[in-house]
Amino acid sequence: MTNAFAGGAAASPSAWQIDAVFLFIACVSLFFFLLVEGLLIYFAIRYRRRKASEDAALSDVRSNTLLEIVWVLVPSLAVLAFFTYGYVVFRDVTAPQPGASDVNVTAGQFLYEFKYADGRTAVNELRVPIGPPVKLIMTSRDVIHGFFIPEYRIKQDILPGQYTYLYFQPDREGTFDIFCTQYCGVGHSNMRAKLIVMSPDAYSTWKAEAEGAKAALPLFEKGKELLERFGCLGCHSVDGSVKVGPTFKGLFGRMVLLEAGGEAKADEEYIRESIVDPGAKVVKGFPNAMPTFKGSVSDDDMAAIVAFLKTQK
Amino acid sequence: MALPENGRSRGYLAARGFRSWALTLDHKRIGALYLYTTLFFFLLGGIFGLLIRIKLMYPGQAIFSNQTYNVLFTLHGSMMIFLFIIPGIPSGLGNFFIPLLIGARDVAFPRLNLASYWIFVAGILVILGSLIRPMDTGWTFYTPYSAKTGANIALLSFGIFLVGMSSILTGLNFIVTVHKLRAPGMTWHRMPLFIWGMYATSIIQVLATPVVGITFLLLAMERVFGIGFFDPAKGGDPLLFQHFFWFYSHPVVYVMILPAMGVISEVIPVFSRKPIFGYKAIAYSSLAIAFIGFLVWGHHMFVSGMSKTASIIFSFLTFFVAVPTSVKVFNWIATMYKGSITFESPMLYALTFISLFIIGGLTGMFLGALATDVHVHDTYFIVAHFHYTMMGGTVMGLLAGLHYWWPKMTGRMLSEKTARWGWLLTFIGFNLTFLVQFYLGFKGMPRRWAEYPPQYQTLNIVSTVGSWILAGGILVMFSNFIRGLFRGDPAPANPWKGLTLEWQTSSPPPEENFGTVPVVTDWPYGYVKRKPAGDG
Ligand code: HEM
Ligand SMILES: [Cu+2]
Repeated sequence: MTNAFAGGAAASPSAWQIDAVFLFIACVSLFFFLLVEGLLIYFAIRYRRRKASEDAALSDVRSNTLLEIVWVLVPSLAVLAFFTYGYVVFRDVTAPQPGASDVNVTAGQFLYEFKYADGRTAVNELRVPIGPPVKLIMTSRDVIHGFFIPEYRIKQDILPGQYTYLYFQPDREGTFDIFCTQYCGVGHSNMRAKLIVMSPDAYSTWKAEAEGAKAALPLFEKGKELLERFGCLGCHSVDGSVKVGPTFKGLFGRMVLLEAGGEAKADEEYIRESIVDPGAKVVKGFPNAMPTFKGSVSDDDMAAIVAFLKTQK
Repeated sequence: MALPENGRSRGYLAARGFRSWALTLDHKRIGALYLYTTLFFFLLGGIFGLLIRIKLMYPGQAIFSNQTYNVLFTLHGSMMIFLFIIPGIPSGLGNFFIPLLIGARDVAFPRLNLASYWIFVAGILVILGSLIRPMDTGWTFYTPYSAKTGANIALLSFGIFLVGMSSILTGLNFIVTVHKLRAPGMTWHRMPLFIWGMYATSIIQVLATPVVGITFLLLAMERVFGIGFFDPAKGGDPLLFQHFFWFYSHPVVYVMILPAMGVISEVIPVFSRKPIFGYKAIAYSSLAIAFIGFLVWGHHMFVSGMSKTASIIFSFLTFFVAVPTSVKVFNWIATMYKGSITFESPMLYALTFISLFIIGGLTGMFLGALATDVHVHDTYFIVAHFHYTMMGGTVMGLLAGLHYWWPKMTGRMLSEKTARWGWLLTFIGFNLTFLVQFYLGFKGMPRRWAEYPPQYQTLNIVSTVGSWILAGGILVMFSNFIRGLFRGDPAPANPWKGLTLEWQTSSPPPEENFGTVPVVTDWPYGYVKRKPAGDG
């Protein structure tokens, strides 16, 4: 059963419920499909014209009230069943779950920022322990985005100036995709995040380690981690390939051609400005699509990022 | 005017030259102009579709940039919707055949008809002009993205406004034509079913299209004056646009499909040589679909952030459209029962319509049901679903109509052999292209994606190869059209032995359609009692 839908396997109890609705509609639909298609093919073969002299013994049936009532009633009952089952499960899986732990989500072109109750933040990576249900409190800082975890079968648009909510119950360890499903601009298809579900033990160890490691890491290592955490690598590569934005390979110290004309040297100040005010110096040939990280990147972070970029020769 | 006996006069095509077309008041010529124009955008949009598919063979950045991709899917969708499929069958086949099928000399307002066409062309020119800065919003133009980005959206909005106006005028014209100009003896229940389909369509056009005009006007005001209808920073509501948009765009899917269903209702009885089964049910179900179609727009918005109660009500109402639709399908099939069926190309396309449209319709059940829609919404499941309904449905219906009425329109026959090859390739290519997309969507691949994780690549390659076969089929088909236009064998007045009125005049019809206006004494599907008219 799991493998029948390989790759999109259901990963939570509510996902199973939704798959059951899927299966139910699929079976009933398949029945109607085979019925109609079967009759169509059967009639086409059985009643094909064999002799050139046609018209001879044609039937003149024009309607049949009983039959027609049947085929109004039967589909009506089927769709009523689809509606009811779909509604009941929808009501259950979207209902607020008591005891849920809150995570705030801010979506922006083209990343998700997660803020936990204890003040930690992370970009494009949502870590939760198995067990308590999670409540996502979501808003957008620019346009409409979508939040979709295929393996949980849940999806909800994220609106600017408004909150929307999503509940799910992580009950299996693993890493799951999070996709943006509402077209939001040039980086839309790169707006992806990961949901990492950990055992409660692993989760608390990770939390503690993350705290400790942050201090001990060499500066450029920390910078690398920050680039991953802030989602920079969704739009910028470190291997020279062109994505939404220019590559970081060989960036530091180079002269950069600007969209507005002229050029600029990629030094520390250039990098800082590109991060807090990306529109100021747009690189020639690229859209002005980067969001500002003003306020999210601390001075320490900035230093670490610059240190890392210097290593990308 | 006397009927030419051999059916080989050039009929309404006799006058030549640019002016004779540009200023014509003949509904047949105006219909032909619409067909040329919309089919051009079908081909252009198709080329964009192929480019999209080529890019999607590769998961990463390849072939062209993501931004180019976004522009291409926007142009593909917008052209297919606004410049091909909405105006295509209603204005093209509708203009040509409504008067012929009801035994009239022309539509009620020939000058208005010509004006509609030129307003349509003006709209196209404005739209093309605005593309100097290409748009990347998708054909749905959701705010706030569309308020911030893209081409000259304000100008573009004006173009769509004009195209919509043309659509309203055409709808009005058809409603009056059907009410006032039916031949003596043609009661409502003797009208061909294509007319019923077009009548329902026209009602939707007149009632729904003004809303799209208003929507785009608001969007233009938002952009030019920064008013903030949709901008939450100014107290607006980002969902308001979606409500407006779908209040038009949902009913409009029935503008696309009802005329095609009308065509199918003509073709099936002719090639089965059987009276159509359940005439009244088919006729009134068109009106029912048109009516219910206005109440269900919210099913595009189950995950938009709209209230849950609204979602539940919209889901409930949505399912009611399925009932009249399935009634039609059952009736078409029942018409074949005990028939004497032949499989010339119009019939092949009609049967293909039924087969593919069922898949579109049944997969729609997953979208109407709340729990399952939440999962597949905005994924490739949707892309597959609407291509099955719009291309597998409407386009196949249009192609059935074109093959069926080609002899009447041009006075020449198509090559049946080429037509079958075109059909076969199209059928195989279409299914290969779009069937796998249901599975891609179920596995979670969102739509409008320029790049994707590698786990989706295999199916994307299959889909792209399918699109080439499909394109091959369409190429064969159009080469047949072009050859048929100039070289085809002369067509008899009634090659398929139909009983509807258009077959009672020559091919192509003379300028005012009928020598003497026909008098109708029976419905047009009485294949048992009556001998077909014309020289067959
Ligand atoms: C040659 C045949 C066609 C091919 C290969 C094709 C391919 C595609 C593909 C791959 C997409 C998805 C783009 C994306 O989500 O990124 C798409 C979208 C779309 N297609 Fe087609 N298509 C074809 C014909 C048609 C026809 C005949 C119609 C309608 C009459 C149509 C209407 C649309 C619409 C409305 C969209 C949505 C665009 C949007 O998301 O803004 N297509 N097509
Ligand atoms: Cu997004």
